[in-house]
Amino acid sequence: MSRTILHSDCNCFYASVELLHHPELRGKPVAVGGDPEARHGIVLTADYTAKRHGVKTGMALWQAKQVCPDITFLPPRMDLYLRFSRMAQEIYAEYTDKREPYGIDESWLDVTDSVSIKGDGYRIAQEISSRMKKELGITVSVGVSFNKIFAKLGSDYKKPDAITTMNKDEYKEKAWPLPVSDLLYVGSATNKKLYSMGILTIGDLARTDETLLVRRLGKMGSILWAFANGYDDSPVKLENTSAPVKSVGNSTTTPKDMETDEDVKIVLYILAESVAARLRENGFRCRTVEISIRDKDLFYFSKQMKLKNASNITREIAEAGYKLYKENYRLPADEMELKNSNPEYYQKPLRSIGIRGTDLVTDYFCEQLDMFMDPQFREKQMKMDEAVDIIRKRFGFYSIQRGLMYRDRILSACDAKSDHTVHPHGYFG
Amino acid sequence: MESNKVYVNVMAEFTKDGRLLPRSFIWKDGQIYEIQKVTDVRRAASLKAGGVGMRYTCIVNGRESHLFYEDNNMWFMEER
Repeated sequence: MSRTILHSDCNCFYASVELLHHPELRGKPVAVGGDPEARHGIVLTADYTAKRHGVKTGMALWQAKQVCPDITFLPPRMDLYLRFSRMAQEIYAEYTDKREPYGIDESWLDVTDSVSIKGDGYRIAQEISSRMKKELGITVSVGVSFNKIFAKLGSDYKKPDAITTMNKDEYKEKAWPLPVSDLLYVGSATNKKLYSMGILTIGDLARTDETLLVRRLGKMGSILWAFANGYDDSPVKLENTSAPVKSVGNSTTTPKDMETDEDVKIVLYILAESVAARLRENGFRCRTVEISIRDKDLFYFSKQMKLKNASNITREIAEAGYKLYKENYRLPADEMELKNSNPEYYQKPLRSIGIRGTDLVTDYFCEQLDMFMDPQFREKQMKMDEAVDIIRKRFGFYSIQRGLMYRDRILSACDAKSDHTVHPHGYFG
Repeated sequence: MESNKVYVNVMAEFTKDGRLLPRSFIWKDGQIYEIQKVTDVRRAASLKAGGVGMRYTCIVNGRESHLFYEDNNMWFMEER
């Protein structure tokens, strides 16, 4: 049976909510962005007036000011946005219990069962859109289709305040001419590979031989091919079934750029301490460690590796992270080297770094031990971490610290747990 | 530009069937206004004042005006 799926996307969500509360700023360029003092100064969301001037999400505040001198910056108020997100969910809830949020401002809704009562998908989309305007004072773009992928393409098709259908008789006209990078899960790396195969549009992808794609992209090739052809049949999850914890991670933008290996090590250890402590707190161990790196020009990448044994030991997680960093990035080892070396030999200083434990298993997970590892040593490490946890619980976080932290008090003072991010769960989860 | 959002003190009644109904409010000049009738209650955004809440459409002195009950448990009105 054919399904009716909506994808509702709140336009410039943070900026719209702020504009609702600041009537005097409407029609003027506005961006919601972090605190420039603490160097978290990037644009999180810009309104349409600012976007027309060339302001983009992720720009540093000073860059935004350059392209749009009249811009007003507003500090983000996460609690307010979460409240609006919840109110939007309440409206969606009147149409279906199959609704799956994707981040804070987007949701898929499977309204198949409401169609007989409320009218077809387009009618429901109209009703939702008008209610969002009246009740929350913000606009949405809605895509109406028979699967999640095309519904999302539909909501991106026309913005703001628009409804786009991608029905079975329409998707070849509407979706296929779009660039392939518009498809969910085609990032820059995949896009490059597809480009080299001469695949520029979603239609090109759909018409390419599936086996050829699998040969070049692995199993993702087959999935993307199915997406492009409208064969995606992944269900919209029931409400309140959001995936259990899938990873524990922390990232931070440091108050000054990290210029040496030592700087990176300090920050990685702080983050790893927080990650490992949270793993222990929640009774998990991770089997994969992933780091993410952003240099001062905002170039971003992430790398991951498997651990030999599932772990929640601070030292093991931090060392894995540091190893990943060493394998993939080159900075001077310390201050001395920084002064005496040729800067061209090294890569750019880092602005932010993150570490994450994924592939989680529970505390009592049984596994094959490694012959060349010293289990007694591991046991000691675990006991040490435990002791540190207890001390910190009783006397505060800064009551006990690694000696490493005294190498640079500015970097080690950054607060690992406070970087607030809202990540959508993975599509396949 | 001055804001059109005016927070007001409200006297309200909880009815025995669990509804919340405003009975009177004190405008910023100190004058008390009786609410003769509440004709509509729904969630709505106020674009004029900038805010969201339960909107009570009230008849005050024979004229219709809107009283909003915000999530933060404060009442506001739109200045004309």
